[in-house]
Amino acid sequence: MDFDLSEEQRLLKESVDGLLNDSYDFDSRKKYRAEKGGWSKAVWGKLAEQGLLGLPFSEEDGGFGAGAVETMIVMEAMGKALVLEPYLATVVIAGGFLRHGGSAEQKAAYIPGIIDGSKTFAFAQLEKNSRYDLSDVATTAKKKGAGWVIDGEKFVVINGENADTLIVTARTSGARRDRNGIGVFLVPANAKGVGRKGYPTQDGLHAADITLTGVEVGADAAIGNPDNAIDLIERVVDDARTAMCAEAVGAMDESLKSTVEYLKTRKQFGVAIGTFQTLQHRAADMFVAVEQARSMSMFATMAADFDNAKERATAVAAAKVQIGKSLKFVGQQSIQLHGGIGMTQEAKIGHYFKRLTMIENTFGDTDYHLRRVTDAGGLI
Amino acid sequence: MDLAFSKEEVAFREEVRAFFRDNVPPDTRRKLQEGRHLSKEEMITWWRILNKKGWGVSHWPKEYGGTGWTSVQHYIFNEELQMHPAPAPLAFGVSMVGPVIYTFGNEKQKKQYLPRIANVDDWWCQGFSEPGSGSDLASLKTKAERKGDKYIINGQKTWTTLAQHADMIFCLCRTDNNAKKQMGISFIVFSMKSKGITVRPIETIDGGHEVNEVFFDDVEVPVENLIGEENKGWDYAKFLLGNERTGIARVGVSKERLRRIKELAAKVESNGKPVLEDQGFREKLAACEIELKALELTQLRVVADEGKHGKGKPNPASSVLKIKGSEIQQTTTELLMEVIGPFAAPYDEHGDDGSNEAMDWTAQIAPSYFNNRKVSIYGGSNEIQRNIITKAVLGL
Repeated sequence: MDFDLSEEQRLLKESVDGLLNDSYDFDSRKKYRAEKGGWSKAVWGKLAEQGLLGLPFSEEDGGFGAGAVETMIVMEAMGKALVLEPYLATVVIAGGFLRHGGSAEQKAAYIPGIIDGSKTFAFAQLEKNSRYDLSDVATTAKKKGAGWVIDGEKFVVINGENADTLIVTARTSGARRDRNGIGVFLVPANAKGVGRKGYPTQDGLHAADITLTGVEVGADAAIGNPDNAIDLIERVVDDARTAMCAEAVGAMDESLKSTVEYLKTRKQFGVAIGTFQTLQHRAADMFVAVEQARSMSMFATMAADFDNAKERATAVAAAKVQIGKSLKFVGQQSIQLHGGIGMTQEAKIGHYFKRLTMIENTFGDTDYHLRRVTDAGGLI
Repeated sequence: MDLAFSKEEVAFREEVRAFFRDNVPPDTRRKLQEGRHLSKEEMITWWRILNKKGWGVSHWPKEYGGTGWTSVQHYIFNEELQMHPAPAPLAFGVSMVGPVIYTFGNEKQKKQYLPRIANVDDWWCQGFSEPGSGSDLASLKTKAERKGDKYIINGQKTWTTLAQHADMIFCLCRTDNNAKKQMGISFIVFSMKSKGITVRPIETIDGGHEVNEVFFDDVEVPVENLIGEENKGWDYAKFLLGNERTGIARVGVSKERLRRIKELAAKVESNGKPVLEDQGFREKLAACEIELKALELTQLRVVADEGKHGKGKPNPASSVLKIKGSEIQQTTTELLMEVIGPFAAPYDEHGDDGSNEAMDWTAQIAPSYFNNRKVSIYGGSNEIQRNIITKAVLGL
């Protein structure tokens, strides 16, 4: 049992923290947001240069063979810096589908573009009525010759407007909410029949609503079993949830730090407001919430290696519950303790709050995951 | 980072578990599961079994009878002990005064006291809190005046846990009235059989008798009973209180209580089906388990950190253990109340010494709920813990 980072992991942390310290102050972030697509190609290039986009891929695929802990380190750093670039969509999710389910040909065709930073991806999964249920898929993929024709609508697809390739969940058979009959397809974003309507999200990212109308893809488009890929989808989404837990811990850490700094410097009634016990105890409770969240983020990260898929899923769900509770408390109290300034777009603290809030509502909220843990018969 | 216990640690857990299974008297185990108090004899019997095995003072240095276990082994031992459940070693002797004596005491004191602590030949109690000195402990007033080769002790202690059983007390006494309040305090040990000591029970809200008031009226104590240096007692008290960082989370206790909650909730009906099948209840239970898992991980972080980097520098996460640990213990007692519903009400006026077997198991659930309010108050209230986080971690 060991919670320390290895020497290599420590160096990775230093390098990613250093890169983001240099290139991701709050003013730069505003500029990146204003760029086309809402994030910085230059920063993405730097991430590629440092090898961060290739971390989780095996060495034979051109990557570094890093594991869940390395992803946790990167995502935590990205949470601290409020990074806008599509690391989660491209490296964690698309990379995850390719790593866990991709054929040798698919890996060879797509992984190099991720690693060198030339291509980004988006995960077109959410539908109008699916909410958090990954097996609720109305989009269809009908067999045509050796390939498929895809029809349907996908919503709030992060990086959907910029991505070169979409990863689309679509039903090859069965009723809308059946677990069986769901496939995962690689769809070029510029394929005929793909419509994309982009917009900014509350937390400063970019998303798109996507229509798929008679989109034809080849036999090589399906990742894994086109008739039963739900296990693969759940696996990859669990990786994404775990990564978001780490991102949330980074964002909470920074929120608490910023709040404590504010309590030390803001003066009222002639003294620093951090001398008031009611505010001190709130900050102490925020610390407790962050540490409990950190523990569960580590738990989910280490659960990535669990052999038993059910145990892994329950561990990740439990982590998302703890992170959800913690981020709500830390996010809300950060605003409260900053007072009026916390309400302004100008202050960074509100942007942490907004990102944390959107993490809560992505891939299952606290209630959803609490139900999953409950249905799994608990955790102890 | 690796969550898995090593093969050796897993084997150690098996060994400890088997020992508890084969050696804890079944009646002792049952009473603990039902939240009943144990008699003095029951506790001492078990502690001597433990000591005979060589595990009575497991965390002491080897030269004084300790085991030399790693931090992780101590963690496993405590968790298995709490989950069995079996009575924890008497903290006042084993975790509190023992380490003070082997760290600050002289050779004669070590020889005189340590083996008797290990075998519970002496039952120790703690003389810290006073009526006017709770969270502000350093304001204590009990006086020890030096007269020749004796201290004359006058004053009052309170919340003295199980003083009714005690043979010995370790006591913070003021030996210098002129010094700044932390500076004039000494750490003195003496027999509870000494002339001039009166122990008066305090009945707590659960109807139990755990705590007492202890009065000192011209109690004569030989000066050789001073531990360490005169007026340095506050340092020793801080050492004592900071000694046990990870045990306070009591994760094993909460795990065992969750097991019991499920056991009872499977038997008690609500709306024609077991409470355990009620979705709302199940979600509350799951939420509690998640909190407990987070706490367990936080505790393991502290344990692993101590194992690797020594106990010198406290891990900031350790401040979380008392707050969350006590909150979760309280939540589990609330869940038990929820399980039995209206049958929480009957009160066993004969107490719970085990003499009244006719009284149903439900009788201890409300008292246990009432009694567990203490866990966020004692050992530095949760508000004091927040003060510690504020100062030591956040630097406010």
